Amino acid sequence: MSTSIVLAILVTSLATFSSRLLGAISSERIKETSKLFRYFNCLAYSTLAALIARTIIFPVGVLSDASYLSRASVVLFCLFIFFISKRNFVYPTVLSAIMMALLTNYL
Amino acid sequence: MINREFFLKGFKSILAPDSPALALGCCFIAIGALLKNLGFSIQESIFSTMLTYALPGSLVMAESLLVGASLLNIFLAVWFVNARLYPMAVSLFPLMMHESQPRWKYYFSCHFIAVSAWLIMKSKYKDIDKKYRIDFWIGVGCATWTTAVIGTFIGFYASDYLDKNMMMGLAILNPIYFLCMMVGAMKTIQIGASVVLGLLLGPIFYFLSPEWSILLGGLVGGTIAYLIGELNVN
Repeated sequence: MSTSIVLAILVTSLATFSSRLLGAISSERIKETSKLFRYFNCLAYSTLAALIARTIIFPVGVLSDASYLSRASVVLFCLFIFFISKRNFVYPTVLSAIMMALLTNYL
Repeated sequence: MINREFFLKGFKSILAPDSPALALGCCFIAIGALLKNLGFSIQESIFSTMLTYALPGSLVMAESLLVGASLLNIFLAVWFVNARLYPMAVSLFPLMMHESQPRWKYYFSCHFIAVSAWLIMKSKYKDIDKKYRIDFWIGVGCATWTTAVIGTFIGFYASDYLDKNMMMGLAILNPIYFLCMMVGAMKTIQIGASVVLGLLLGPIFYFLSPEWSILLGGLVGGTIAYLIGELNVN
Protein backbone atom coordinates (compact mmCIF):
# COMPACT_ATOMS: atom_id res chain seq x y z
CA MET A 1 0.00 0.00 0.00
CA SER A 2 1.37 3.44 -0.85
CA THR A 3 2.08 5.65 2.14
CA SER A 4 0.16 8.73 0.97
CA ILE A 5 -3.06 6.79 0.41
CA VAL A 6 -2.74 5.03 3.77
CA LEU A 7 -2.13 8.36 5.51
CA ALA A 8 -5.13 9.90 3.72
CA ILE A 9 -7.30 6.97 4.87
CA LEU A 10 -6.03 7.32 8.46
CA VAL A 11 -6.65 11.09 8.45
CA THR A 12 -10.14 10.56 7.01
CA SER A 13 -11.00 7.94 9.60
CA LEU A 14 -9.68 10.16 12.40
CA ALA A 15 -11.80 13.10 11.21
CA THR A 16 -14.84 10.83 11.02
CA PHE A 17 -14.36 8.94 14.28
CA SER A 18 -13.75 12.11 16.32
CA SER A 19 -17.31 13.34 15.64
CA ARG A 20 -18.76 9.95 16.51
CA LEU A 21 -16.77 9.55 19.74
CA LEU A 22 -17.47 13.11 20.90
CA GLY A 23 -21.17 12.48 20.30
CA ALA A 24 -21.07 9.23 22.32
CA ILE A 25 -19.24 10.93 25.22
CA SER A 26 -21.53 14.00 25.21
CA SER A 27 -24.68 11.91 25.24
CA GLU A 28 -23.80 10.24 28.58
CA ARG A 29 -25.36 13.10 30.54
CA ILE A 30 -28.32 13.75 28.26
CA LYS A 31 -31.68 12.21 29.12
CA GLU A 32 -33.95 11.11 26.29
CA THR A 33 -36.82 13.15 27.75
CA SER A 34 -34.81 16.39 27.99
CA LYS A 35 -35.19 19.46 25.80
CA LEU A 36 -31.51 19.18 24.84
CA PHE A 37 -32.15 15.70 23.43
CA ARG A 38 -35.09 17.00 21.39
CA TYR A 39 -32.93 19.85 20.14
CA PHE A 40 -30.17 17.50 18.99
CA ASN A 41 -32.79 15.27 17.37
CA CYS A 42 -33.92 18.27 15.28
CA LEU A 43 -30.29 19.12 14.46
CA ALA A 44 -29.61 15.53 13.34
CA TYR A 45 -32.64 15.32 11.05
CA SER A 46 -32.02 18.78 9.63
CA THR A 47 -28.31 18.13 9.01
CA LEU A 48 -29.10 14.84 7.27
CA ALA A 49 -31.71 16.55 5.11
CA ALA A 50 -29.15 19.25 4.21
CA LEU A 51 -26.63 16.54 3.31
CA ILE A 52 -29.14 14.70 1.09
CA ALA A 53 -30.15 17.92 -0.67
CA ARG A 54 -26.51 18.79 -1.25
CA THR A 55 -25.72 15.28 -2.52
CA ILE A 56 -28.49 15.56 -5.10
CA ILE A 57 -28.17 19.23 -6.10
CA PHE A 58 -24.40 19.75 -5.75
CA PRO A 59 -22.99 16.22 -5.95
CA VAL A 60 -19.36 15.16 -5.94
CA GLY A 61 -18.11 12.13 -7.86
CA VAL A 62 -19.80 10.47 -10.79
CA LEU A 63 -23.25 11.96 -10.07
CA SER A 64 -21.94 15.45 -10.90
CA ASP A 65 -21.88 14.45 -14.58
CA ALA A 66 -25.65 13.88 -14.62
CA SER A 67 -27.73 16.88 -15.68
CA TYR A 68 -29.89 18.84 -13.21
CA LEU A 69 -32.94 17.85 -15.24
CA SER A 70 -32.26 14.12 -14.97
CA ARG A 71 -31.54 14.34 -11.23
CA ALA A 72 -34.67 16.42 -10.56
CA SER A 73 -36.80 14.06 -12.68
CA VAL A 74 -35.54 11.01 -10.79
CA VAL A 75 -36.16 12.63 -7.38
CA LEU A 76 -39.71 13.78 -8.21
CA PHE A 77 -40.66 10.50 -9.87
CA CYS A 78 -39.30 8.45 -6.96
CA LEU A 79 -41.12 10.56 -4.37
CA PHE A 80 -44.30 10.06 -6.41
CA ILE A 81 -43.72 6.28 -6.41
CA PHE A 82 -42.95 6.39 -2.68
CA PHE A 83 -46.33 7.96 -1.90
CA ILE A 84 -48.47 5.88 -4.27
CA SER A 85 -46.81 2.65 -3.06
CA LYS A 86 -47.96 3.41 0.51
CA ARG A 87 -44.51 4.59 1.61
CA ASN A 88 -42.60 1.54 0.39
CA PHE A 89 -38.83 2.27 0.34
CA VAL A 90 -37.77 -0.48 -2.06
CA TYR A 91 -39.70 0.44 -5.24
CA PRO A 92 -38.48 4.07 -5.50
CA THR A 93 -34.92 3.04 -4.59
CA VAL A 94 -34.66 0.36 -7.27
CA LEU A 95 -36.47 2.51 -9.84
CA SER A 96 -34.15 5.47 -9.17
CA ALA A 97 -31.08 3.51 -10.35
CA ILE A 98 -32.83 2.22 -13.48
CA MET A 99 -34.28 5.63 -14.32
CA MET A 100 -31.01 7.49 -13.78
CA ALA A 101 -29.07 5.01 -15.95
CA LEU A 102 -31.68 5.31 -18.73
CA LEU A 103 -31.94 9.11 -18.55
CA THR A 104 -28.18 9.67 -18.68
CA ASN A 105 -27.98 7.28 -21.60
CA TYR A 106 -30.77 8.80 -23.70
CA LEU A 107 -30.91 12.49 -22.64
CA MET B 1 -20.49 -9.13 27.09
CA ILE B 2 -22.77 -8.70 24.10
CA ASN B 3 -26.18 -10.40 24.35
CA ARG B 4 -26.22 -12.82 21.44
CA GLU B 5 -30.02 -12.89 21.03
CA PHE B 6 -30.34 -9.12 20.60
CA PHE B 7 -27.14 -8.88 18.57
CA LEU B 8 -28.50 -11.40 16.06
CA LYS B 9 -31.89 -9.69 16.08
CA GLY B 10 -30.16 -6.42 15.13
CA PHE B 11 -27.94 -8.13 12.57
CA LYS B 12 -30.93 -9.76 10.88
CA SER B 13 -32.85 -6.47 10.78
CA ILE B 14 -31.10 -5.55 7.53
CA LEU B 15 -32.76 -8.54 5.88
CA ALA B 16 -36.16 -6.86 6.24
CA PRO B 17 -37.81 -5.93 2.90
CA ASP B 18 -37.56 -2.19 3.70
CA SER B 19 -33.97 -2.28 4.99
CA PRO B 20 -31.27 0.00 3.53
CA ALA B 21 -28.95 -2.93 2.76
CA LEU B 22 -29.63 -2.79 -0.97
CA ALA B 23 -29.10 0.98 -1.29
CA LEU B 24 -26.07 0.91 1.00
CA GLY B 25 -24.47 -2.04 -0.81
CA CYS B 26 -25.01 -0.46 -4.25
CA CYS B 27 -23.48 2.83 -3.15
CA PHE B 28 -20.40 1.10 -1.79
CA ILE B 29 -20.15 -0.81 -5.08
CA ALA B 30 -19.85 2.62 -6.71
CA ILE B 31 -17.28 3.66 -4.07
CA GLY B 32 -15.25 0.47 -4.66
CA ALA B 33 -15.20 1.15 -8.40
CA LEU B 34 -14.30 4.82 -7.84
CA LEU B 35 -11.41 3.95 -5.51
CA LYS B 36 -10.02 1.46 -8.02
CA ASN B 37 -10.16 4.09 -10.75
CA LEU B 38 -8.25 6.46 -8.44
CA GLY B 39 -5.44 3.93 -8.11
CA PHE B 40 -6.31 2.36 -4.76
CA SER B 41 -5.40 -1.31 -4.27
CA ILE B 42 -8.04 -3.76 -3.00
CA GLN B 43 -6.45 -3.66 0.47
CA GLU B 44 -6.56 0.14 0.55
CA SER B 45 -10.19 0.22 -0.64
CA ILE B 46 -11.34 -2.27 2.01
CA PHE B 47 -9.20 -0.54 4.66
CA SER B 48 -10.82 2.80 3.74
CA THR B 49 -14.39 1.49 4.04
CA MET B 50 -13.65 -0.39 7.27
CA LEU B 51 -12.06 2.59 9.00
CA THR B 52 -14.13 5.45 7.60
CA TYR B 53 -17.53 3.84 6.97
CA ALA B 54 -19.12 7.09 5.82
CA LEU B 55 -19.97 7.62 2.16
CA PRO B 56 -19.63 11.41 1.89
CA GLY B 57 -16.32 11.31 3.78
CA SER B 58 -14.93 8.64 1.44
CA LEU B 59 -16.03 10.66 -1.59
CA VAL B 60 -14.43 13.84 -0.25
CA MET B 61 -11.19 11.97 0.49
CA ALA B 62 -11.17 10.53 -3.05
CA GLU B 63 -11.80 13.95 -4.63
CA SER B 64 -9.16 15.59 -2.42
CA LEU B 65 -6.55 12.97 -3.34
CA LEU B 66 -7.39 13.53 -6.99
CA VAL B 67 -6.55 17.25 -6.78
CA GLY B 68 -3.45 16.62 -4.64
CA ALA B 69 -4.76 18.17 -1.42
CA SER B 70 -2.59 18.09 1.74
CA LEU B 71 -3.41 15.82 4.69
CA LEU B 72 -4.57 18.82 6.72
CA ASN B 73 -6.92 19.85 3.91
CA ILE B 74 -8.28 16.30 3.70
CA PHE B 75 -8.81 16.23 7.48
CA LEU B 76 -10.70 19.54 7.50
CA ALA B 77 -12.78 18.75 4.40
CA VAL B 78 -13.81 15.35 5.79
CA TRP B 79 -14.44 16.79 9.26
CA PHE B 80 -16.78 19.44 7.82
CA VAL B 81 -18.74 16.86 5.82
CA ASN B 82 -18.88 14.29 8.62
CA ALA B 83 -19.55 16.66 11.53
CA ARG B 84 -23.19 15.67 11.09
CA LEU B 85 -22.26 12.45 12.92
CA TYR B 86 -22.01 14.41 16.21
CA PRO B 87 -25.72 15.41 16.48
CA MET B 88 -26.65 11.97 15.10
CA ALA B 89 -24.75 10.32 17.97
CA VAL B 90 -26.17 12.70 20.59
CA SER B 91 -29.71 12.06 19.35
CA LEU B 92 -29.28 8.27 19.41
CA PHE B 93 -27.07 7.21 22.33
CA PRO B 94 -29.33 8.54 25.14
CA LEU B 95 -31.98 6.12 23.85
CA MET B 96 -29.57 3.21 24.43
CA MET B 97 -27.89 4.25 27.71
CA HIS B 98 -28.40 1.76 30.55
CA GLU B 99 -26.52 1.69 33.86
CA SER B 100 -25.97 -2.09 33.66
CA GLN B 101 -24.12 -1.87 30.35
CA PRO B 102 -20.34 -1.20 30.25
CA ARG B 103 -19.13 2.06 28.70
CA TRP B 104 -16.81 0.34 26.22
CA LYS B 105 -19.84 -0.88 24.26
CA TYR B 106 -20.91 2.70 23.59
CA TYR B 107 -17.42 3.91 22.66
CA PHE B 108 -16.80 0.89 20.43
CA SER B 109 -20.16 0.99 18.70
CA CYS B 110 -20.09 4.73 17.95
CA HIS B 111 -18.10 3.75 14.84
CA PHE B 112 -21.35 2.35 13.41
CA ILE B 113 -23.06 5.76 13.43
CA ALA B 114 -24.05 6.26 9.79
CA VAL B 115 -27.30 7.30 8.14
CA SER B 116 -28.47 3.75 7.34
CA ALA B 117 -27.86 2.22 10.79
CA TRP B 118 -29.11 5.40 12.52
CA LEU B 119 -32.41 5.35 10.63
CA ILE B 120 -32.93 1.62 11.33
CA MET B 121 -32.29 2.15 15.06
CA LYS B 122 -34.51 5.23 15.23
CA SER B 123 -37.41 3.29 13.73
CA LYS B 124 -36.96 0.13 15.85
CA TYR B 125 -35.64 1.16 19.29
CA LYS B 126 -39.11 1.25 20.88
CA ASP B 127 -39.55 -2.47 20.21
CA ILE B 128 -36.38 -3.36 22.14
CA ASP B 129 -35.95 -3.51 25.93
CA LYS B 130 -33.77 -0.52 26.90
CA LYS B 131 -31.21 -2.74 28.63
CA TYR B 132 -30.47 -4.59 25.39
CA ARG B 133 -30.75 -1.74 22.89
CA ILE B 134 -26.97 -1.35 22.75
CA ASP B 135 -26.58 -5.05 21.83
CA PHE B 136 -29.25 -4.68 19.16
CA TRP B 137 -27.45 -1.56 17.89
CA ILE B 138 -24.11 -3.38 17.67
CA GLY B 139 -25.89 -6.05 15.60
CA VAL B 140 -27.38 -3.43 13.25
CA GLY B 141 -24.02 -1.66 12.97
CA CYS B 142 -22.06 -4.85 12.26
CA ALA B 143 -24.57 -5.81 9.55
CA THR B 144 -24.51 -2.44 7.75
CA TRP B 145 -20.72 -2.20 8.13
CA THR B 146 -20.30 -5.71 6.65
CA THR B 147 -22.63 -4.76 3.78
CA ALA B 148 -20.45 -1.72 3.07
CA VAL B 149 -17.25 -3.78 3.05
CA ILE B 150 -18.76 -6.44 0.76
CA GLY B 151 -20.10 -3.69 -1.54
CA THR B 152 -16.63 -2.13 -1.78
CA PHE B 153 -15.10 -5.53 -2.59
CA ILE B 154 -17.65 -6.21 -5.34
CA GLY B 155 -17.33 -2.68 -6.75
CA PHE B 156 -13.55 -2.91 -6.89
CA TYR B 157 -13.60 -6.09 -8.98
CA ALA B 158 -16.72 -5.17 -11.01
CA SER B 159 -15.42 -1.73 -11.97
CA ASP B 160 -14.22 -2.93 -15.38
CA TYR B 161 -17.76 -4.00 -16.24
CA LEU B 162 -19.54 -0.86 -14.95
CA ASP B 163 -19.99 1.94 -17.47
CA LYS B 164 -20.63 5.57 -16.48
CA ASN B 165 -24.43 5.29 -16.75
CA MET B 166 -24.51 2.30 -14.44
CA MET B 167 -22.26 4.12 -11.95
CA MET B 168 -24.66 7.08 -11.96
CA GLY B 169 -27.55 4.70 -11.34
CA LEU B 170 -25.73 3.21 -8.36
CA ALA B 171 -24.75 6.65 -7.02
CA ILE B 172 -28.34 7.99 -6.96
CA LEU B 173 -29.68 4.98 -4.99
CA ASN B 174 -28.50 6.09 -1.58
CA PRO B 175 -29.75 9.72 -1.60
CA ILE B 176 -33.12 8.57 -2.95
CA TYR B 177 -33.43 5.87 -0.30
CA PHE B 178 -32.48 8.29 2.49
CA LEU B 179 -34.79 10.97 1.12
CA CYS B 180 -37.72 8.53 1.21
CA MET B 181 -36.77 7.42 4.73
CA MET B 182 -36.57 11.03 5.93
CA VAL B 183 -39.92 11.89 4.37
CA GLY B 184 -41.33 8.72 5.96
CA ALA B 185 -40.00 9.84 9.37
CA MET B 186 -41.87 13.18 9.22
CA LYS B 187 -44.47 12.20 11.84
CA THR B 188 -44.19 15.16 14.22
CA ILE B 189 -44.07 18.92 13.59
CA GLN B 190 -40.47 19.12 14.86
CA ILE B 191 -39.15 16.31 12.66
CA GLY B 192 -41.19 17.47 9.65
CA ALA B 193 -39.94 21.04 9.96
CA SER B 194 -36.36 19.81 10.53
CA VAL B 195 -36.39 17.78 7.31
CA VAL B 196 -38.06 20.45 5.16
CA LEU B 197 -35.82 23.26 6.46
CA GLY B 198 -32.69 21.12 6.09
CA LEU B 199 -33.60 20.28 2.49
CA LEU B 200 -34.13 23.97 1.71
CA LEU B 201 -31.31 25.56 3.70
CA GLY B 202 -28.53 23.08 2.83
CA PRO B 203 -28.41 24.10 -0.85
CA ILE B 204 -29.03 27.80 -0.03
CA PHE B 205 -26.04 27.93 2.33
CA TYR B 206 -23.96 26.19 -0.35
CA PHE B 207 -23.87 29.51 -2.22
CA LEU B 208 -22.40 31.20 0.86
CA SER B 209 -19.91 28.49 1.78
CA PRO B 210 -19.76 24.99 0.26
CA GLU B 211 -17.73 23.64 3.20
CA TRP B 212 -20.07 24.97 5.89
CA SER B 213 -23.36 24.46 4.01
CA ILE B 214 -24.33 21.14 5.63
CA LEU B 215 -23.47 22.29 9.15
CA LEU B 216 -25.10 25.71 8.75
CA GLY B 217 -28.18 24.26 7.04
CA GLY B 218 -28.53 21.69 9.81
CA LEU B 219 -27.88 24.14 12.65
CA VAL B 220 -30.21 26.90 11.44
CA GLY B 221 -32.90 24.52 10.16
CA GLY B 222 -32.78 22.34 13.28
CA THR B 223 -32.90 25.31 15.65
CA ILE B 224 -35.91 26.87 13.87
CA ALA B 225 -37.68 23.48 13.77
CA TYR B 226 -37.01 22.94 17.50
CA LEU B 227 -38.45 26.36 18.34
CA ILE B 228 -41.50 25.76 16.13
CA GLY B 229 -42.10 22.43 17.89
CA GLU B 230 -41.67 23.87 21.39
CA LEU B 231 -43.98 26.81 20.64
CA ASN B 232 -46.54 24.38 19.27
CA VAL B 233 -46.38 22.22 22.44
CA ASN B 234 -46.69 25.28 24.71
